[in-house]
Amino acid sequence: MKQFLNDRAPYLLVAPTVLLLLMFSIMPLFIAFFMSFTDMDLAGIANWANIEWIGLTNYIEIFKDEVFIQALLNTVVYVVIGVPIVIGLSLAIAMSINFGTGKVFEWFRVVFYMPSITNVVAVAVVWGFLFNPQYGLFNFLLNTVGLPDVPWLQDPFVAKLSLIMLAVWRAVGINMIIFLAALQGIPRTYYEAAALDGASTFQQMFKITIPLLRYAIFFVTVTTLIGWIQFFEEPLIMTEGGPLNSTTSLALFIYNNGFQLSNFGYAAAGSVVLFILIITVTLIQFRLQKSENNY
Amino acid sequence: MIPNEKPVAVNVKREKFSPLPDLNHKRKAKLSQLFVALVLTVLGIAFMLPFFWMVISSFKTDAEILSLPLTILPENVTFEHYIDLFVNLNFLTYLKNTLLIVLASFFGLLLTAMAGYAFAKHKFKGSNVLFIGVLATMMIPGQVTMIPVYLMLNQMGLTNTMTGIVLPGLVGAFGVFLFRQFMTTIPEEMLEAARLDGASEFRIFFSIVLPMSKPILAVQGILTFIGAWNSFLWPLIIANDEALYTLSVGLALLQGQHGGNYALQMAGATFMVVPIIIIFMIFQKYIIEGYNISGMK
Repeated sequence: MKQFLNDRAPYLLVAPTVLLLLMFSIMPLFIAFFMSFTDMDLAGIANWANIEWIGLTNYIEIFKDEVFIQALLNTVVYVVIGVPIVIGLSLAIAMSINFGTGKVFEWFRVVFYMPSITNVVAVAVVWGFLFNPQYGLFNFLLNTVGLPDVPWLQDPFVAKLSLIMLAVWRAVGINMIIFLAALQGIPRTYYEAAALDGASTFQQMFKITIPLLRYAIFFVTVTTLIGWIQFFEEPLIMTEGGPLNSTTSLALFIYNNGFQLSNFGYAAAGSVVLFILIITVTLIQFRLQKSENNY
Repeated sequence: MIPNEKPVAVNVKREKFSPLPDLNHKRKAKLSQLFVALVLTVLGIAFMLPFFWMVISSFKTDAEILSLPLTILPENVTFEHYIDLFVNLNFLTYLKNTLLIVLASFFGLLLTAMAGYAFAKHKFKGSNVLFIGVLATMMIPGQVTMIPVYLMLNQMGLTNTMTGIVLPGLVGAFGVFLFRQFMTTIPEEMLEAARLDGASEFRIFFSIVLPMSKPILAVQGILTFIGAWNSFLWPLIIANDEALYTLSVGLALLQGQHGGNYALQMAGATFMVVPIIIIFMIFQKYIIEGYNISGMK
């Protein structure tokens, strides 16, 4: 018996993990795909006989749904504004920290990383208070320096920017750490050689640092893009998609349709669209990266 | 961008001929360091501002927090909101549930480590295909699996149970990957020696592989703790009963029910955030170094 178990040890060691991933990750993907062609709802849960195959109806409906189109456009705004800011800011902070030699600079890593590990609900509650039009700190600070109030979460467009601000604050830390690790991998001799040749700090930055960070920048871009296409928790907790659906993201649309309205089939169709979007964007990224490597 | 240590040293040699340019160079480097530190400090304070404001506000009275103009520091420091959380609200239950999830996630971590070991040190039929399959799950977005998983758990009668909350996120592909990366570096001879002595594979895993994997276990353990402490989405979806709420779900509920009571909300948020910050401060070196293990370097 013992020998029998030992011979199969590798399989037994991976079995729990593989089975759990199969069950809660791979199988649901296929179920979601299948469900998106049905009218699955609460009646369908109660009795499977109520589920009907309706072909592409969900997909046709969803692209006629104003809320979905709005959610799609909102997500585009989140990605187009948020992703470049995250990458630029985390790269700038990483390079600044790497520039320093003192012990202080090690503490900056902790400071900028901290928002990444704190609970999203707690953080959203705190920022909701900061954004409060009457009693919030942000408007108080603006008034103190003589600026007027900003309708942080009340105006449809400003609300999107406010959520982006919060999300950028949370996202900078982890990417900064990745950039720092990559920066520390660049041999100092490159800079010494460049300095001896009389290259300025800025020349060194654009001719050595940025090109050598290409892989890290690529990695961060791909993961950040994927993450921001799934923008979810910030609008869920802070605005519930309001005002007037102006902050509803694709992911929040799926959540609302699935868990608030119980239109499971319809929500599944939305999630398949989201998945296709993510795969397309990622493939484009890889294609671009490849063509860049050619020369 | 990197400070030119060596060039400075080269200049030292030159010092004999012209001490002035070197002094300039050194002073310039010092000045630019100071400038960068200053910029980072201002930005860092801005980054920490929400945390400061959260803690400060949690000690203000209800009257003070809703009075204009705003006060920066509390006039009368009060602990009533923290007492409220536990006496009048169910934060003790939320805390208990959260700790249960933490415990379960550590069990998940053990499963992940086992899988990482098998993928690192065993060649078995289908191991490559399985490993690629595991990695592929990282690309599946949570929003796609969310609804089917909910329906599956519902079929199994696991909605509104602790098992249902914990199960979907018990193991993660990235963890398996990190463990595999690290455990590949364990010398094969040690495992062979144990095998010759008649130790079973499970014995080897527990008494050789795990103790040798302390650095990665530390990183993963802390990250697992933080993830479980912060877990929000599955408890929100699966738990209908307040008795099963976690701290973050409870805090979201608090925000909904006590919308205007900001001091109470800040106390709740502080209670969630401060333990994590303390743990992070203590272990930050491991966590930050951990990203180097992942091979980004």
